[in-house]
Amino acid sequence: MNLFNIPTAELMQHLINGLTLGAIYSLIALGYTMVYGILKFINFAHGEILMFGTYAGFLLYYYLCDPSQGGIYVLAIFALSMIFAMLVSATMGIIIEKIAYKPLRNAPRLAPLLSAIGVSIILMNIAAMMFGTKSMKFDYPFENQTMHIAGISITPNQIMILVVGLVMMVGLKLFIDNTRLGKAMRATSENQPVAALMGINVNMIISLTFAIGSALAAVAGVLIAMEFKVYPTMGQLAGLKAFIAAVVGGIGNISGAMLGGLILGVLETFGVVILGIPHGLKDTIAFTVLIIILLFRPSGILIKHIREKV
Amino acid sequence: MVDFVLLIFIYTGIYAISALGLNLIVGYTGMLSLCQAAFIGIGAYCAAILMTFLNIPFWYALLASGLLAAFFGILIGVPTLRLRGDYLAIATLGFGEIVKNVILNWDSVTRGPMGINGIPGPNFFGFTLSSMDKIPWAIFIWIIVLLTYILIRRVVRSRVGRALESIREDEIAASAMGINIAKYKVGAFTCGAFFAGVAGALFAAFNQSVAPLTFDFMMSIMILCMVVLGGLGNSFATVVGTVLIVVTSELPRLLGVSHIIPPQLNQVLFGFILVFMMIYRPQGIIGRVKLNYGKIIKEEILELEK
Repeated sequence: MNLFNIPTAELMQHLINGLTLGAIYSLIALGYTMVYGILKFINFAHGEILMFGTYAGFLLYYYLCDPSQGGIYVLAIFALSMIFAMLVSATMGIIIEKIAYKPLRNAPRLAPLLSAIGVSIILMNIAAMMFGTKSMKFDYPFENQTMHIAGISITPNQIMILVVGLVMMVGLKLFIDNTRLGKAMRATSENQPVAALMGINVNMIISLTFAIGSALAAVAGVLIAMEFKVYPTMGQLAGLKAFIAAVVGGIGNISGAMLGGLILGVLETFGVVILGIPHGLKDTIAFTVLIIILLFRPSGILIKHIREKV
Repeated sequence: MVDFVLLIFIYTGIYAISALGLNLIVGYTGMLSLCQAAFIGIGAYCAAILMTFLNIPFWYALLASGLLAAFFGILIGVPTLRLRGDYLAIATLGFGEIVKNVILNWDSVTRGPMGINGIPGPNFFGFTLSSMDKIPWAIFIWIIVLLTYILIRRVVRSRVGRALESIREDEIAASAMGINIAKYKVGAFTCGAFFAGVAGALFAAFNQSVAPLTFDFMMSIMILCMVVLGGLGNSFATVVGTVLIVVTSELPRLLGVSHIIPPQLNQVLFGFILVFMMIYRPQGIIGRVKLNYGKIIKEEILELEK
């Protein structure tokens, strides 16, 4: 393989980097796509839910953590913070849905969108007031020394992102395909009134959807925070890109969101390396992908186009 | 003090022009656009570059700014508007970020983070207006607001306006009535972008300087709030909403307490406005005048019964 005259090892290296980024996008995209599947609107506050969860995990970690206690202890605290972040995000997701979206379920399409943007602005600025606008960095709970496996260098953190991402995605897929609740979720997204008639508690399912989506976002947030930083507007760009990932895979489609995230991550990494796009314009790649997908395959790469019926 | 009130008056005018444009997009046609600030930015930079570096007279620059913004409106609108409304919201959100990034990074043309200073004031029949001549500026800008208002009113009360409103109410029914949805949507979007571009040119000419970070996402949200607060689909209400929002956001400075109140509080308020208005009063504080068909039919029947 000698694509664009780049050595295979280097290509593999970029692929790993791209997949790491993509796994994070996928986790966030799942929240968008699940909510879209059921309520048919974009939860603009998703990125901010992610940000709050990350801050919650971050603060708990530094409140409890005592580095002198040894590796296992620190790792346990880290896992605890991650779970706490997930809980905070899930609770927020449920509350936001009850307050800001539920009253608008039968309103014109524009209303929940505007309400969601309002929520996103409120959360972003409250975070800026509470935590300050300075960005903070997570310390790694383990030695983050680059390892070399078969000529590819990979950090333990990247391995953790890939593993956690994979576990979460497979877990979600199994949950949705095989459990009763997952079946109820699929039924609700297919046809809400009929699902209600079949004895499914639609409100509960919607809350559950928000809880799962938000918890996944919190996981992604903590992973981002370790690789990059924590700051009040971190959810905005991450959310935007994850949404694009969801569109690439076909919005409303869970496997699509996973695939879309990975594709977008790889494209972004390769775009910078192969096309030589300057780093300042890196974010343009995702946006270009969005426009191209919308032009040629608006329903995403996985689902067939279905016309809206009256 | 008087100067400050005049300044608020001028800014209200500039914002009103772009808010009227946005109202055509969000209020009348029911598409959510989140990049009005980017169009203002495009207009402002276009005017700044033309007037400062190329010495083109203000009037041509004003027109060029509007047209350039409209061109970008078509560029964004054509791929996204064939689809459901939510895609437009995200595409415009992304477009706003891109415009800001490009302005920041394209040093050779936009001078990057420094912005462009020393933009010459517009020339009126031999007079040159500077930022200090607040009264003529206020009059001039509000004349343009009035022109925009009349123009948009003419549009929305015509066949085109009825087509736009029918698209907002029900796209499928509208297309069944023979309305070319994509055409009207792109048209409305482009029109809204044009007015934002004009507002941007005025912004640049009045301030005599432009900086890239002015035209961020929060500015788009602020303009959206003006439209939502006043009432979607009502041009007069939009102007009222603009006045309210600009006065509210300048109130701390007017009362001299701006150092106590954190700047984020303002934006939290915008967020609450969006949420509360949508839940409790989606038609805005003034509301929209709807044709009451039930009443018309009743009157017709009464006429017939006589």
